[in-house]
Amino acid sequence: MIKGKGIPLTITFLTGVIIIVTFFIPHSPFGEFEQTALRWYSIIAGFTMLLGVDSLLRSHIKKFRKKDNNWEYSIVVFIAFAVIVTTGIIATVRTGNAFNTDTSFMYIYNHMIIPLQSTMFSLLAFFIASAAYRAFRARNTDATLLLITAIIVMLGRVPISDRFIPAVPALTEWIMSVPQMAAKRGIIIGIALGAIGVSLRIILGIERSYLS
Amino acid sequence: MNDIIKKLTAIDRRYLFIIIALVVVIPLLFKPKFPIIPKKPVIDAYKAVDSLSAGDNVMISVDYDAASMPELQPFLEALLRHCFKKELNPIMLVQWQLGAPLGTRAMEKIAKEFDVEYGVDYINLGYRPGYTAQIVGIGKEIRDYFITDYKGDLIDSFSVMDDIHNYDDIDILVGLEAGATGNIWVQYAGARYNQRIILALTAVSAPDAYFFYQSGQIEGLVGGMKGSADYETLIDHPDVAVAGMAAQSFVHILIIVFIILGNIAYFFEKRNKGKTLGGK
Repeated sequence: MIKGKGIPLTITFLTGVIIIVTFFIPHSPFGEFEQTALRWYSIIAGFTMLLGVDSLLRSHIKKFRKKDNNWEYSIVVFIAFAVIVTTGIIATVRTGNAFNTDTSFMYIYNHMIIPLQSTMFSLLAFFIASAAYRAFRARNTDATLLLITAIIVMLGRVPISDRFIPAVPALTEWIMSVPQMAAKRGIIIGIALGAIGVSLRIILGIERSYLS
Repeated sequence: MNDIIKKLTAIDRRYLFIIIALVVVIPLLFKPKFPIIPKKPVIDAYKAVDSLSAGDNVMISVDYDAASMPELQPFLEALLRHCFKKELNPIMLVQWQLGAPLGTRAMEKIAKEFDVEYGVDYINLGYRPGYTAQIVGIGKEIRDYFITDYKGDLIDSFSVMDDIHNYDDIDILVGLEAGATGNIWVQYAGARYNQRIILALTAVSAPDAYFFYQSGQIEGLVGGMKGSADYETLIDHPDVAVAGMAAQSFVHILIIVFIILGNIAYFFEKRNKGKTLGGK
């Protein structure tokens, strides 16, 4: 009789084995089963968003109650969450779809989310510049090689080098296609082998950390 | 000399920030022009789309959000222009929920430039969660995931979807990627269903797709804003990405200058330390 942790382990084992079989035998009944399992996965993935919201709100409620560092920002999270949910519901009720271009929901997206996300990402340019000046040092041979390569690739990736130093873009393509790719292939093969190993450990019930 | 080196090493980073801001803003205002010479991975992407015939279906996956918008949105618009000009049928879907309005915005904008009708010549399927399952599942039937379009209308009510059921009915797939979703397109849609694929990635992610390009698993590779500028040049419609190339060129050069200055200061500092220690 399977009980306790044996139940999720058995479900994991059976699902894992069947999904592997369906990959190699896509015919009936395996093909249909795979498609059903994939639909379930998609539905479960939808519900994970609720988990995310729950986790976010809980952590901020805790922070707010304990008056932890920067607890004031939690108030911004609560207000933003309430406003987004309310405008989303109002927009859906009024127009049938919150994503219609003239809704308040989309107004928030266009005038707050886009500028905020763009600002966060563009700040990187400033930090990269500062880091390049302060930290990118030719301390040893490896760092010097990295530095020279970075300079060549940075130059080769912009059209100004096409005009003034046309050899650099060609050299950049070579760097990307040969040494860069050689290293990347090694890494990706390692990752793939690791993923197979971890998957087998999970399917066979050796790796159980996901149960805790 | 030592004083200069000391000043260089102790420079307030806010001055660096101001210089960066100026170097970005000034070229955007004065728009100096540089020749854009498209590179082979982008030319291959262009040729793959250009070789399609009128009525062919191009699946476009919007897998980025506003953070990557300056790099990928220009390519999306250029691609849509190319598709509509060639009378191809773009089928848009979204794997990053915050990218959905960006896809819609581009599609509505470019569709207005051409004599095309929603649901007949193109469609926007919107976002669904669980992209790995979806990418595998579309191999059997797209309706298992997209019964309705982004507005909630049944996709079977649109003629453009009449003959589209799975990857067999998609002539090429173009993934615009800010993350790892492109790998999943290649691993499942490409490897399992032999789907022809082009990837457009942010500059920082582009090196991750070079081995797919070299092995022929993707037919073209558009990397960063430069890739978008290359594509805009190829379709002969220079736009936002081409305009951004001057700013990007000068910023890259400025960062190289910063690196060189930083290293000069470092070497002098190191030499001075050596002399001091030697003196002791």
